[in-house]
Amino acid sequence: MTLNINHLAIAPILLPLATAAIMVALGERRRTIKAVLGVISTMMTLGIAVSLLLFADSAPAGEPAAISVYLVGNWAAPYGIVLVVDRLSSLMLVLASTVVLAGQLYSIARWHSAGMFFHALVQLLLMGLNGAFLTGDLFNLFVFFEVMLAASYGLVLHGSGAPRVKAGLHYIAVNLAASSLFLIGASLIYGAAGTLNMADLAARVPILPDDERMLMEAGAAILGVAFLVKAGMWPLCFWLPSAYALAVPPVAAIFSIMTKVGIYVILRLWPMVFGVDAGASAFFGGNWLLVGGILTVAFGVIGLLASQDLPRMAAYNVIISSGTLLAAIAAGSSGVTAGALFYLISSTLAVSAFFLLIDLIERGRIPGADVLVVTMEALSEEDEEEPDAADPVGIAIPATMAILGIGFAACALLLAGLPPLTGFVAKFLMLHAMFLPDGVAVGAHEVNGTTPTLGALSWTLMAVLLMSGFAVMVAMARAGVRVFWVPMESTVPKVRFLEVVPIVALLLLCATLTVQAGPVARFMDATAKSIHAPEGYVRGVLDKPRKRPEQPVIDGQPATAPTTTQEVSP
Amino acid sequence: MEIILALSIGALAGSGVWLILRSRTYQVLIGLSLLSYAVNLFIFSMGRLRTDAPPILEKGVPNTLAHYTDPVPQALVLTAIVITFAMTALFLVVLLVARGLTRNDHVDGRES
Repeated sequence: MTLNINHLAIAPILLPLATAAIMVALGERRRTIKAVLGVISTMMTLGIAVSLLLFADSAPAGEPAAISVYLVGNWAAPYGIVLVVDRLSSLMLVLASTVVLAGQLYSIARWHSAGMFFHALVQLLLMGLNGAFLTGDLFNLFVFFEVMLAASYGLVLHGSGAPRVKAGLHYIAVNLAASSLFLIGASLIYGAAGTLNMADLAARVPILPDDERMLMEAGAAILGVAFLVKAGMWPLCFWLPSAYALAVPPVAAIFSIMTKVGIYVILRLWPMVFGVDAGASAFFGGNWLLVGGILTVAFGVIGLLASQDLPRMAAYNVIISSGTLLAAIAAGSSGVTAGALFYLISSTLAVSAFFLLIDLIERGRIPGADVLVVTMEALSEEDEEEPDAADPVGIAIPATMAILGIGFAACALLLAGLPPLTGFVAKFLMLHAMFLPDGVAVGAHEVNGTTPTLGALSWTLMAVLLMSGFAVMVAMARAGVRVFWVPMESTVPKVRFLEVVPIVALLLLCATLTVQAGPVARFMDATAKSIHAPEGYVRGVLDKPRKRPEQPVIDGQPATAPTTTQEVSP
Repeated sequence: MEIILALSIGALAGSGVWLILRSRTYQVLIGLSLLSYAVNLFIFSMGRLRTDAPPILEKGVPNTLAHYTDPVPQALVLTAIVITFAMTALFLVVLLVARGLTRNDHVDGRES
């Protein structure tokens, strides 16, 4: 069983890679085959991710978390590359393949034919995402980031057109510059700490000499800037709204997980390397994260209230979600982090569903050749509308507007964090944890030794969380009124069944998470605890023995595998 | 040697950043390339500068860093060169597409 899980850890990388290779070999045509292949591959990845998640969560209460460490090429930990499956990474794997699957299903209705190699690029993106979530090595993280970004460059240009190419050009330039920063940061850390393995780095930081520590912190700060560009923190996020708003809707829906990669890396590295045990470097940069997160939320709110079109609103929701997460992570306590993880799942699913929903809504407002014009009266008179024979592929869904309206309202509730959906549960968990005695590492960073009290920054954070929810509600309500109620001669968009399925599935998933909030919150709590107490992770990676090949018995001497592995592991 | 390397990294990075901030797409491309050269040299220098020290183990020489140079940054540089090369090529393609679509080479697609 352990062996199976161990080898399963690399499957989320290999499976999409192999599928993408087959798709490229299939050529530019045969979209149906590629679409089916892609959906099957992503579903299998999702299945693998879920089984990894169940494995990671299988440790009994009180025990250290179950961690599966895969030594790539069978090189021992600090020297070789490791893939690590724990609660956090498997959770992110499940989220990534869910979002990708939704985008993929949605694209099959029409968007995947807007350009070439859509499905292959999506598979490569999934591979890069999974690799970034699994790897335990800084430079390998860079490689998977680049795989992911290269695929995303192709996807952001999918559909072409001058505005899209312009936004894509900016997106690529910004990300190439950020990749340079990533390399500088990673090599500085290697030069100062002498390791690229995350677990080894966490073990070495507390015992670094002072002159090396300064270099190491500089490297970490530069690395952090690279991740924050990707996560979309305030002064580094001006590329984001245009790129996301102009990407084709399924791509934008998939991209809602991309900013979360930056968040994930910060969530993984910052508490591990600069946690409470990091000696002089404890909570390094925490206040920057906190203030940056608060400013990001403020920027996102202003942008959201100022934007007129729906895709741009969704893009600003991405920024608000990033800012909230950054600020909550910077609070530096496991309680707030647990709420933040819940929020991460909820906001990613909601934004993803929102991007897809916007496409359907916008289709009704701008009647094109492919949009069947049906008046509101006609729809309300005959609810049981027959599938239209003029459109051979799609099935007209009765009460389309009702579904779209309910979907829009659900997205608004999720994004604003109002009851009864997960957005509220997540925000409540975060705010609740901030009031707990051990939940306020926020304002306590600078006053070491004294009992932590609710600092000005944490009050600001709470105010910003609540105000941002209010602002999102105002903006969404305004947009909803404008879209659904104001137009008198509104047209009902022609919506295919396949396009509604992913949206409804994403929103139902959020609803399920709400109903199952207890077990989910327990899981998030366990995840957050293991993030903030990374000894299990560090020991799991560094003590992982190499697997000796089955040595044949030579000269009557049996192979002495266990004793030889002892020399390898430190 | 350290001074020369540091100065050349600085010169490359400085001109790269300056070019990135220019308004023509081709200048941005060259800026990104120069920046990546600077980064590659920087990664290389993180393995400490040594002369006459091979990165590959030899028989009869004790395998400590006193006798060898650190091979890891060299491996990292190779990876980084390959990746930045591919990304620059991709950026060049997008640049040409943008040039074709907007009929000028301003990064915003229009002269302002």
